[in-house]
Amino acid sequence: MPRMRMNQAIAQAIADEMRSDPTVVVFGEDVAEAGGPFKTTDGLLIEFGPNRVRDTPISEMGFLGAAVGAAATGLRPVVEIMFIEFLGVALDQLVTQGSKFRYLSAGKVTVPMTIRASVGAGLGFAAQHSQTLESWMLASPGLKVASASGAENAYGLLRSAIQDEDPVVFLEPRRLYAVRGDVKVGSNAAIPLGQARIVRSGEDVTIVAFGSTVRVAVDAAEQAEFSAEIIDLQTLVPWDRQAVLESVARTKRLVIVEENPYSFGWGTEIATKVASELFGDLEAPVLRVTTPDVPVPFGKALEERFLPSTSYLLAQTRYLLETGTLPRPWWEGGPT
Amino acid sequence: MGLPIPVKVKKRSRVGIAAALEPNDPVTCTYRGHGLALALGLTIESVLGEIMGRVSGSVGGMGGSMHLCEPSVGLLPTFAIVGAGIPVAAGAGLTAQVLGTGQVAAAVFGDGASNIGAFHEGVNLAAIWKLPVVFICENNQYGEYSRIDKTTPIENIADRAVSFGIPGRIVDGQDVDAVIEAVSQAAARARSGAGPTLLELKTYRYAGHSRGDAAPYRPEGELEQWLQRDPIDQYRERLIQKGLIDFKGAQKLEESVANRVEEAVGTVLRHQQPGPQAMFRNILADETGRR
Repeated sequence: MPRMRMNQAIAQAIADEMRSDPTVVVFGEDVAEAGGPFKTTDGLLIEFGPNRVRDTPISEMGFLGAAVGAAATGLRPVVEIMFIEFLGVALDQLVTQGSKFRYLSAGKVTVPMTIRASVGAGLGFAAQHSQTLESWMLASPGLKVASASGAENAYGLLRSAIQDEDPVVFLEPRRLYAVRGDVKVGSNAAIPLGQARIVRSGEDVTIVAFGSTVRVAVDAAEQAEFSAEIIDLQTLVPWDRQAVLESVARTKRLVIVEENPYSFGWGTEIATKVASELFGDLEAPVLRVTTPDVPVPFGKALEERFLPSTSYLLAQTRYLLETGTLPRPWWEGGPT
Repeated sequence: MGLPIPVKVKKRSRVGIAAALEPNDPVTCTYRGHGLALALGLTIESVLGEIMGRVSGSVGGMGGSMHLCEPSVGLLPTFAIVGAGIPVAAGAGLTAQVLGTGQVAAAVFGDGASNIGAFHEGVNLAAIWKLPVVFICENNQYGEYSRIDKTTPIENIADRAVSFGIPGRIVDGQDVDAVIEAVSQAAARARSGAGPTLLELKTYRYAGHSRGDAAPYRPEGELEQWLQRDPIDQYRERLIQKGLIDFKGAQKLEESVANRVEEAVGTVLRHQQPGPQAMFRNILADETGRR
């Protein structure tokens, strides 16, 4: 298995899809000549030429709408939203147009497009370039949402996203672009959307993570005196209910760790489902480990405090296991 | 039934648009797309069935009046958000350019759409990439309840083409032949690789914005003035003058159309509405929607 950075895994996944399918095209801001601000499209222009790899103006509504139209008429566009925040000016084309075409055409028009976007904090980009924002997409039927949690699954998930017949929002945690991992490549390496991955087996507690928090959870499990099972959801829409329910049915305790404000994050959906289905089997309340309900702060020390860290996840989970009750979050004086 | 949009509002210029395009040219159109859908080749039953929410409608009765679609004649899902179809048409033009299909995409939208970002971003993208697209603005003088001079600081929307470095042209939207000529010329230009054109069809909205709007804001006499230049009346006269049809023949033709519509209403009324299972279909490819 080749070892590479996450941004290289992404570039290779796109290149391999472009080699196998001549209808795959790539466009976005600075994706062609510059190879992408995060180098996620490096080399594509040279190999595939300016007809299939294009720089766009700073005009997300325009090029996301063009992706919808291109996908509806025979191309398979992969577009880059440099920072997920920039999707805000183009959201209509995703949640109201592209994701409704199949429904509003009785299945006659499909939109096989992939929207790649960098997400998350940790690089000192402050409040307007550090959010995750996937909750914008979760209650809009007709699309899928997946996230890489490192180089290891970025390649396989992105290949599936590009091959998918529906609009897929593919999230890439910014702070992991430069992190290396062993990557399985090739046409058999595609990872199906909608399937979670058990990263590590355990018995005492199930920790559900997504995107940037998977690494946090794995590091915590490696340091813990208890045995934690780590599930990487990989896809949020649709999320793998079966994998989570089966795991929690065994461990009887659930911790959800997400890089999201505490209120209304995707973890609330998972907590509700598990608490409802496994009510009576649980030996502790469902714990959510999140960021506080505040904008992402700028300074390094504040940003580190803001993000759910390995030590914070450990302290919170330990409290849950030892007392059988819910710890308060750090901003309410809980264990850190 | 959602938001019933008066269909007699401005459909006549649509015959001209459809006549000037090739059968497989993709078209994006607004929620007021009934006339264009018919002109492109949808059956009366398919349009009426959709308006009335019947399974025989073009999207099985799941869209309603604002949502028609028939890709076999080029009609992409019609757009109920003002301006949204403009960048989508640019994307359809991108497909034609990348795959070399020779198609031209057409975006049909109203004057109100020329003030929304999607218009400027979509036309700009088509202009810099020289995409084969014809942008057709039907300026019917009103955006919802507001007259155009209250919302738009220039008289001619065609003038906005200058800022994208593309041709802009004002067309008499009440004259079917003028529309055919203008759209044909813009489509030929696009097909040749010279890029997009912005056409402004000057026309008029005969009714209010929607069923609940009696259009009391309209200056007295304005409607009557436009009615004197009604495109169907003008075209009838032209055909008679050219000797292609006589007055009686025209009358007979109009009667037969009215009868055909009447017959379709009867047919569609007998068609069923979709059952509750229908709402779970066509959301995602695997037919199950969300798991």
